[in-house]
Amino acid sequence: MDTANKVKNRIKTITMNPKFVNNTKGMASDFKKLFIKIFSFIVILGICYVILAPVIGMIVNSFMSDADKYNPMVYMIPQNPTLEKYKLAWERMDYLPTMGRDLLYSGSLMLMQVFVCSMVGYGFARFDFPFKKLLFACVVVMIVIPDHSIMLPIYMTFKSFDPLGLATLITGKPLVLMSSPIPMYIMTIFGCGVRSGLYIYIFNQFFRGLPKEIEEAALVDGAGTWYTYFRIMLVNAIPAVVTVAVFSMVWQYNDTFYAKLFLISEDIVISKKISTLQATIANVDKILDTSIQELYLDAGIVLVMLPIVIIYIALQKYFIEGVERSGIVG
Amino acid sequence: MKKRKLTLTKKRMINGYLFILPWLIGFIIFYIRSIILTTEFSFSELTVGAVGGYELEFVGLDNFIYAFREHGTFKQILTSSVGNMILDIPLIIFFSLFMAILLNRQFKGRTLVRVIFFLPVILNSSAISTALELSQQMMAGGISAGSSQMAAETSSSGVDVGYYIGLFKELAMPDFILDYIVAAVGRINNIITASGVQIVIFLAALQSIPGSMYEVAKIEGATAYETFWKVTFPMVMPHIITNVVYTVIDNFAESQVVTLAYDTAFTSFDYGLSSVFSLVSTAITCLILILIVGFIQKRTFYYN
Repeated sequence: MDTANKVKNRIKTITMNPKFVNNTKGMASDFKKLFIKIFSFIVILGICYVILAPVIGMIVNSFMSDADKYNPMVYMIPQNPTLEKYKLAWERMDYLPTMGRDLLYSGSLMLMQVFVCSMVGYGFARFDFPFKKLLFACVVVMIVIPDHSIMLPIYMTFKSFDPLGLATLITGKPLVLMSSPIPMYIMTIFGCGVRSGLYIYIFNQFFRGLPKEIEEAALVDGAGTWYTYFRIMLVNAIPAVVTVAVFSMVWQYNDTFYAKLFLISEDIVISKKISTLQATIANVDKILDTSIQELYLDAGIVLVMLPIVIIYIALQKYFIEGVERSGIVG
Repeated sequence: MKKRKLTLTKKRMINGYLFILPWLIGFIIFYIRSIILTTEFSFSELTVGAVGGYELEFVGLDNFIYAFREHGTFKQILTSSVGNMILDIPLIIFFSLFMAILLNRQFKGRTLVRVIFFLPVILNSSAISTALELSQQMMAGGISAGSSQMAAETSSSGVDVGYYIGLFKELAMPDFILDYIVAAVGRINNIITASGVQIVIFLAALQSIPGSMYEVAKIEGATAYETFWKVTFPMVMPHIITNVVYTVIDNFAESQVVTLAYDTAFTSFDYGLSSVFSLVSTAITCLILILIVGFIQKRTFYYN
């Protein structure tokens, strides 16, 4: 034992002796590592800049005063920062009430999405029935097909809404559901809302990953299928629920395609207001200089993006995890 | 009356149908019926009735013939949309794979970088981008001003692009490759903002590769280059398909063809023509998807 230690120490002293150490290889690899580190740092920094630059520019612009806009000395940091752009944009967009209505609209749709899509996803994940494969292929088709290929018939359907002739029976003529959010609610209840196919897919993927024993235990304890689903499975699927909830909230909030198609009032959908903000500023407030108008537009955009950014920063983990989970098709 | 007893499998079957029932109804009403109707519209002339209904008059292939032979911009827009898409797909895939590999190593602020990379997905609102475009146009005083502004920007950046292009041309680089690279550099902003989801998917794929594979490769004496092509690349191959599908769909949803179809329907009220645009572009997208996926699938290696 003692001799072995002695030999070890001897070897150690020899190898540690700077005379015998071949340092060139280590240095080369150190240099290479450093080089790769610096290289990736520069690339990542540059790309982050490309992504963030427009956002930063908008935020800076929104604080500028009129004089700053025309002062070539002002770059990045406004000389006379003002809040007047925000004040006017806030007023013209009727910010708080509109935002409240929009959040209520997106929020209620989000609840429906979570409820319906989780149910459908669970059905596909846990039950066996004829044509299951074919039907699930239909979910994938739903994800792939672009929305505009079905927009006209949907528009026509809701323009004179007459399910099974019921509306004609009661009121004498078909209902006109345009310029209200009702069509969006109807579509979402039937699992065809904004990107519902993707949410069904996410839930399906998640439920398939849960152990079957949980349900078996519930069944043995006398819980029915629906009770098992609501009280046990849905509770276990909290991560998927949160993922779908945040995504459907954000995408519903950003959606303009269906909002335009169903002519939903811009008092409900705030992102529609942003497209008319510049014209409003020009015509109502008689600010005719386009580069000054742009400052107001930037302030408006910052205001509209604010809730989404807050949601994103608070729940960013779920966004990225959600993509990871749904992305793994395997 | 005696209640017929159902077996457990039958019961579960019915329950399964009950669970997917809302979606099934929606899918039949909003998708299958709509696609059939769109096809019908494209073969007929649609007049909206006074009460709210509509009447169809069969006109055969007239709408198609009009779209392809007489319509002013449809063919240009279609070709440029499809062309841009085909141009973008390889760029986005390679860029996001590259970025995922860079982000896969441990460094300080990794979460922050991931958050920033995903930001465009969150802030991608067409309303905002349209508003910004409109304001740019107004500021420069016309549609054609966009190009002049771009020219001004490139000249002020201090890099003489023309010189470098000439340099590579002298090195006998084929023109089409040079064009592609120049176009790619010009679209760098689009590519970066369009690859948020793809980067995250590739990152997940990279992290799911078992570490033992790298160990084996190292013991067998593989260099980093070989390890990439023999281990990393085959293992992320299935995810390339996912990403291609996502890229195509995402790209097409925001292309100009959609705008054209929308405007034709709701500005000039030519529903038949709009249906033709939708149908043709959807068919082309699906065709491209099938071709690309088929092409990659043959070469894909599936681990377990």
